[in-house]
This record gives sequence, structure tokens and C-alpha cells, in this order.
Amino acid sequence: MSGGVEIRVRVAEAEPVADGIKRLRLVPVDGGHLPVFSGGSHIVVSMQDGERRIRNSYSLMGSPRDTAGYEITVLKTPESRGGSIYIHEHAKVGLELTISYPLNLFPAAHRARKHLLLAGGIGITPFIPIMAELDEAGATFELHYAMRSAKLGAYADRLAERYGRRVRLYRSDQGQRIPVGDLLSNQKLGTHLYVCGPERMIEGVVLAARAAGWPGENVHLERFVAPPGGDPFKARLARSNIEVEVGPHTTLLEAVEAAGVDAAYLCRGGVCGQCETDVIACDGTLVHNDHFLTEAEHKAGKKLMICVSRFKGRELVLDL
Amino acid sequence: MAAIAFKPGTYRDDFTFRNSEEAIRHFPFPFDKDSYMYAVNIEQHMPGPKKSATEFPIDVDEHYVAEMADRAMVLKEDPLRCQSQPHMITAEWDLLELLMSSMARDYPEHFALLRDGDRWHWINRPLGIEHRFTFGDTTTLPYGPMEYITRQCQGDFCLLDQRNDNLWMDAGIVTTQADWSLDFNLGMDFMEWHGPVPLAHDLGVFDRALKFLLNLQQGRPVRRLNWTMTVNPRLDTSPENYHKWGKDRASVTPENVGEKVHLRVELQALWRLPRSNAIVFSIRAYLIAMREVVTVPKWGRRLHRVLESLPPELVDYKGLTRYRDYTVAYLADYDDGAPTSPGFGPD
Ligand code: FES
Repeated sequence: MSGGVEIRVRVAEAEPVADGIKRLRLVPVDGGHLPVFSGGSHIVVSMQDGERRIRNSYSLMGSPRDTAGYEITVLKTPESRGGSIYIHEHAKVGLELTISYPLNLFPAAHRARKHLLLAGGIGITPFIPIMAELDEAGATFELHYAMRSAKLGAYADRLAERYGRRVRLYRSDQGQRIPVGDLLSNQKLGTHLYVCGPERMIEGVVLAARAAGWPGENVHLERFVAPPGGDPFKARLARSNIEVEVGPHTTLLEAVEAAGVDAAYLCRGGVCGQCETDVIACDGTLVHNDHFLTEAEHKAGKKLMICVSRFKGRELVLDL
Repeated sequence: MAAIAFKPGTYRDDFTFRNSEEAIRHFPFPFDKDSYMYAVNIEQHMPGPKKSATEFPIDVDEHYVAEMADRAMVLKEDPLRCQSQPHMITAEWDLLELLMSSMARDYPEHFALLRDGDRWHWINRPLGIEHRFTFGDTTTLPYGPMEYITRQCQGDFCLLDQRNDNLWMDAGIVTTQADWSLDFNLGMDFMEWHGPVPLAHDLGVFDRALKFLLNLQQGRPVRRLNWTMTVNPRLDTSPENYHKWGKDRASVTPENVGEKVHLRVELQALWRLPRSNAIVFSIRAYLIAMREVVTVPKWGRRLHRVLESLPPELVDYKGLTRYRDYTVAYLADYDDGAPTSPGFGPD
């Protein structure tokens, strides 16, 4: 329950979009309606893979007005901890899954004079409903969408067709790149910038925005991280008085849940802050992978975001 | 469920507002212990016991018709009690949906909502309103969506926009407030509008509350109770009208305490709204006279103990300085020293 209200859904469509990219349509098992959502929202999908419960976050990419079903896109990542592989192998029409209510950590700023959207690869998904929303509101926007090749440019043609000149496509196999520097230095006051894509792209845009003097509150980043794996380690949960083992491909949060301890979470991607956990003792190094705590907090070593962060060393004791 | 028998009553001039026995038991008594300390006390807004103020997410009670008449009077005198910035229009529609669908679902003998795509048909029997409109099209309603529905729903409502990791009060309708002003707070962020609570900032409670609210989830509303006291059953104790009610405080005498002094409880709830990602903050005020409180023996005893032990800075902050002692003396007659059971409800 610590992630909130859950909804049972069934896979109604499972369609390969491109190499290693699959689109799913999920409809409520009870035949009712799903909650309306705002563009930029994600859901947490829970999957039961044998013994293991996997929970991953995915951006909602259908129309925010479509409450008959939700659509998500899943990229098969080679270093996947299982979630995306599970979906690619098992998600056929009829499979039942559990999802959370939508949560928006990447909303459009509705007072902006203009919205400049930068997407890389699979990072296009949250922008699909955001654009629908902006279009409906008559807002000014521009999407710059970079992809490795035409084949991987999921949804590119459809968007170009729908929004015409407001959509620009860049193919890196043809040497095309988003001219970030030019774009950022040529915007009118009151423009908001949104970035979703690979970590390297986000870092690049953040640096460019800083260099071009963009105010921080006008820059919006969707920086969910898929929890990275790492060396196995152990952690002691002081309040529950148990020890959990975290395998190389599982997260601390998953290990805690598997041990039957109800820990709070929302995004499972290191951005929302919900899973913040106090470190009682640490003989070793905390491996912080989140974007929630400040650098100073990372250094202080008193808190750990257990959905994505890990530990290397002899002993870790958490207040759980 | 039986239909509610709506009661007449006024919240001004002759103050004919009274609680029936049923309304007294429905009252959200705010003290679960014999003493009080400021705390944020947020809990899930889950259905409470039958016939309690939290049985349904939006509570409609016997004062509905009278309260709506009072709101109409306040708005007529002062239209600035209802304001909304243009970017809040989606949140206004979200609010309309939340209120109409809850009221129609939980009080079907009084309200009905028929939806056919964007074509909605709303029936409000107690106020004799029937209206067909297009969801999303403001030209099909006589007021903006927020004003339209909140003229038909008890409680004040503020719409909070979420941006820059903060919440901004960018729209609202506020006619039953305990001495704060929408006109003054409009456009303020969370910390600014919570500025003046003593003891609270030191405890860092607002930092924690803000962090919690930024992650508030759809489908998981939360609530808390807040309380103060007021002289006469006046809903509109706004700073704008201080000249009308400020002097009431000096009118309390040992003879009229039971009649005049009221406990005023706000049931505050917060919901994440689906389309706008805004938050609605609802503040529903309930009033109960001292002579009504003491009809529940546990509440009479407990309120006596709470008021007697209240720290002086809170006595000041809540504006009770002038009549606290009279009230404590009145309640003392109903406190035999017997232990009280834990929890809020009557025994
Ligand atoms: S669950 Fe959101 S930061 Fe960990």
C-alpha cells in the first residue's frame, strides 16, 4: 500500500513499434474507467515474475482524455533488471498487471509563454500527452526529437503529421543533432524548456542552459533513472530487526519489499523523494544514484534514496 | 440513506443557527486527548464512521441550504471573495467534476449528475437547480466552473498550482474563513501563507508538510482538523469584516457564554486534481455552541481541560484572550474530573 492505490489492468494491445520497443495498451480489468491524468504523468507497473515482484515506472503516452485505457512504451534494455525483458517476453494480450494511480513529476508549466521540448529516443513518451494538452490549450510549443535512426524513432512520423512544422526530427545516423546551443540562445522571455532522454543528453542540455543564462525554474528535466545494478550487498533494517540481501540486479527497495517490510515509494526512479531513508550506521560507501538529495546531503551520508541507491562496504544500518 | 432535513438558520444579524441533536453527534470534535499541542496531523481522507462528518469525501449536512444562502450574501457584498488566475481554468473544471460526482454519488436523493461524453446534466434538488452544460466550455455555465459549483457546496475551496517545487494559491472561493483573506493570500506560496502560526515554524512542520503535499497522489486525498473559537455562529469572520465581528468578543458575559461562544472546527482536505495536476484545499467550517458541546459529557469534560491548559501564546493566536476564562468557568460545571476515553467520538 505504500505506493498508493492500485488498479488491476489487462493488456489489451501489445504491439512492437520498432526494434526492442513495444507499446502496450492497458485497460481496467473491471471494465470501468481509469483516472484522468495530466501530460507528463507516469504510473508504476507491478509484474509478478515467478517469485519476484518487479515494479517499474513508465510515462503515460496516450491521450490524457482517454480514460478507457492507458498506453505505455517499453524499451528493452540489455542491462535490464528484468522489468523490460519481462514485458517484452510475457506481455501478450490478456496478461493481467497491477498499476498505480498516475503521478506527475514532469508537468508542463501552464503560465509559460512558449514551451520548448527536447526529446531523445524513448524520451519522447511523456511529450506525447503534453503536446496534446498544449495543443488543446492553444499554447505555443516546439518539439525537437533526436533518434538514432528512422527505425528507432518511435512515433516520429505520427507526430510530424499531426503537428507539422512544430515538430523537428534529427537522425544521428545521418549526422543530424539538435542544435541545442542555438536553440537556447534564441528564445523569447518566458519560454520554458523540457528535456527527456538519455542521461548524457540531459546533462548536456543542463550545461548549455546554464551557460545561456536560463533561470533554473524554467528548465524541467525528466530524469527518471532505471535503477542501476551493482555488487551485491547486505543491509540491516533496525526497526524491523532483520537483514536483507540485495542482489546485483535488484534494488534495496525491492529487497526490503521482498522481506515483507512496507516502505514508502512513488517514482522508483530517484526523483520524488518519497523513499528517503535515514542511515543509522554506515561502515563503507553509499552509492547515491538519485536526483533528489542535494550534493551536500550525498556527502553527509545521513540519508539514502533506497529505490535507486546502493552500498559498498562492511555494514549498513537503515531506519526501516 | 434517509434524506437530510435541511434546517433554516442565519449566520449573521439575529444568529438563528442551531445544531439538531443529530448535527451535534455529526460534529467533528477535534480533541482526542485532554490537552492540545499544535501539530500538522495529516491523515488519509478515508471514509469515517457512519453519520460522521467524514463518512463521505464531501460532507453535506442539515445546514446546507442556510450556508449557501449566506455565501450568496457574502459574494454579493464582496465579489473579491472568489478569484481565479487564468491559468487555473483546468483546475476549476477538475474541481467541478470532483464536487459534482461526489455529491451525486453520496447523496443521490438530493443531487444527480448525468454525463454523456462532454454533455453534462446536473440536478441540485435542495437549491432547485437544474442545468445542462458542456464540460470544458465555460460559456455554457452562468459563472466560472469553480464559482458555479462552490455556490452549491459547503466549505471554502482554494486551488493550489504546483510549480518550482512549491504550491501557489492561485484561485479560490473563501467566504467562511477564520480571519484570513483570499485577496491577501492570492498568488502566495505555501510558506508565505503559513507565515504567522506561532511555534510551528521552529518545528519545521511546514517544510515536511510541503514535501508531503508536493507528492500528494491522485486517489489518495488527505485531511486534518484545525480549530479555533468564535463568538456567535458567524461563518464569515474575515479580516475584511473585522469591524463587524471584532467587537463581538467583548460581548461575552458569564451569563451568555453557553449561547454565544462557539467551537469552530475546520475539516481541511487536500486532493490532487487529475487534469491540471493542481491541488484543491478544502476548508469546511463547523460551528457548535458551548451549551451544545456539553450535551456530550465526554466533550464537555475534555474541552474544559484543553482550554484550561492551553499555552498562553496559543490563547493569543487563536484570539481567545478576552473570553477564555469565562468559557473555562462555564465548562468547569460540566467537568466532574472523571477520566475521558481516548479518541474523538462521544462515548
Ligand atoms: S521512490 Fe521516488 S525517489 Fe525513491
